[in-house]
Amino acid sequence: MEKFLLRNIDNPNSSDIKEYIKAGGYKNLSRAVGMGQDDVMEEINKSGLRGRGGAGFPTAMKWKFAKADPKFPKYLICNADEGEPGTFKDRPILEKNPHLLIEGMVISGYVLGAEFGYIYLRGEYPAARDILDAAIAQAYKDNFLGDNILGKGIKFHLSVHQGAGAYICGEETALIESIEGKKGQPRTKPPFPVNVGAWDMPTIVNNVETLSNLPLLIEIGGEAYAKIGSEECPGPKLFCVSGHVENPGVYELPMGISLKDIIYEHCGGIKDNAKLKAVIPGGISTPVLPADSIDCAMDFVAMPKAGSMLGSGAVIVMDESVCMVKVTYRALRFFEHESCGKCVPCREGTDWLRKILERIEHGKGRKGDIELLSDVAGVMYGRTFCPLGDGAAGVVLAMIKHFRNEFEEHINTKKCKY
Amino acid sequence: MFNEAVIKEIDEIRVKYPDRKSALLPALYIAQREFGWLSNEAMSCVSETLNLPEAFVRGTASFYSMFRHKEVGRHLIQLCTNVSCMILGAERLIDFLNTKYGIQKNGTSEDGRFSLVEMECIGACGTAPAMLVDTDFYEDLTEENIVGILEQYK
Repeated sequence: MEKFLLRNIDNPNSSDIKEYIKAGGYKNLSRAVGMGQDDVMEEINKSGLRGRGGAGFPTAMKWKFAKADPKFPKYLICNADEGEPGTFKDRPILEKNPHLLIEGMVISGYVLGAEFGYIYLRGEYPAARDILDAAIAQAYKDNFLGDNILGKGIKFHLSVHQGAGAYICGEETALIESIEGKKGQPRTKPPFPVNVGAWDMPTIVNNVETLSNLPLLIEIGGEAYAKIGSEECPGPKLFCVSGHVENPGVYELPMGISLKDIIYEHCGGIKDNAKLKAVIPGGISTPVLPADSIDCAMDFVAMPKAGSMLGSGAVIVMDESVCMVKVTYRALRFFEHESCGKCVPCREGTDWLRKILERIEHGKGRKGDIELLSDVAGVMYGRTFCPLGDGAAGVVLAMIKHFRNEFEEHINTKKCKY
Repeated sequence: MFNEAVIKEIDEIRVKYPDRKSALLPALYIAQREFGWLSNEAMSCVSETLNLPEAFVRGTASFYSMFRHKEVGRHLIQLCTNVSCMILGAERLIDFLNTKYGIQKNGTSEDGRFSLVEMECIGACGTAPAMLVDTDFYEDLTEENIVGILEQYK
């Protein structure tokens, strides 16, 4: 497939506006303005574009809700808080193709009637911060940002807001709290951010990759876009593959491609010809799949049927040398650390699960611990304030479902053999 | 109190937001840069400059793991040990740094040269294990190459 999101990134100066324009950049902004807001909206609707952050919410629907709200100003926020462990798909856009994102955001701002945009960038990407700041300055200079964009009176201002190491700020209401200078704790929904978001105004929060799809969508039109990838979730998708594969990295492939093909066709198979044990298909919060269950279509609709989720498209490949109890324990250390403390099931549940997993991994597991893990995770599931707690519980439940024997072995032999 | 140049820098950030509270995270980053860490004095300066209650400033500052609440060494090593890095040997690197430089996890070496923070995913999973030293990314780390990298930081 021809690359779009990763087009031109092998050019060492790809983040420079001159190179971006030379490769056809910012033409789609002019085209979108020529079409008018309603026609662009219709193309997005036809395209079937879904949000790439993890939830897969239809973009056109989110935008319609925000457009329908009569309050102004409206805000557009790009979620660049790429914190889901295993995920590094947005980093090449942020560091190598920042003008693609900026063009996508100006188009979005124009369609939505939003005159102010923010890129909420995770604190762990200091290089991206400098690159984005420089790219934004270039875009202002060339009149792609400011009060009179393209000389057509379009106003859109953009700046970077840097996070400070809180995974929960990837959740959109926590992100908004964080932009407002507060602790990043999720808000009660409804009201949804499209009506009451940043500074209580209608706010659209979209992922880096989602917004970066806008120029392509304008270039080829909604109908052609809808023909890429799977029918229910069209478009190109960035998959970031890590762990035990020959060629880890970020791959731009059609949505709906088989997980097996990603690993064996595109990433060169398992490293050193080892035997595959398991794959976490969409970042650490998505349920693990055992080696015999990876012939599944990677999209938002098919993956739940296969027992997991697409998440952020972060594929973590593990060979037979990996201890699944240890992976579960490490995952729960992460969730405990990142739980914002707002709701009891998550705050207490992640701590409790981590403690049980720690003792099992360290050879101090007790009879009944597996049942206790299932019980605690089962009580958490569906009862936490935001998806962080569900993710933590789901990870434990899936690991026990597929690798119960490893948990039993740790408890019975009082050690980890790995 | 901050010097005039810093106050001007914060004022320039304030205009990007509709209210002054929203400039708190950027202002805390600036305070951390100026003081090396968020001491009581640093947070008081932020509170005064943005005219926000100290309790609010401390509440926010304590929530985020990249704001530091104790003094750190001259160079900050932020090494990821989350799953993708862990299965490719990140924990061995933590042990190695302890043996070689005497840095404990989340501690500082005796000579004040390095502090080590264990990170939760820094987005370099395809080139794991990985770390940030100050603001520089280093990837595909081994016990052999990590020594050469750290030699550049005196």
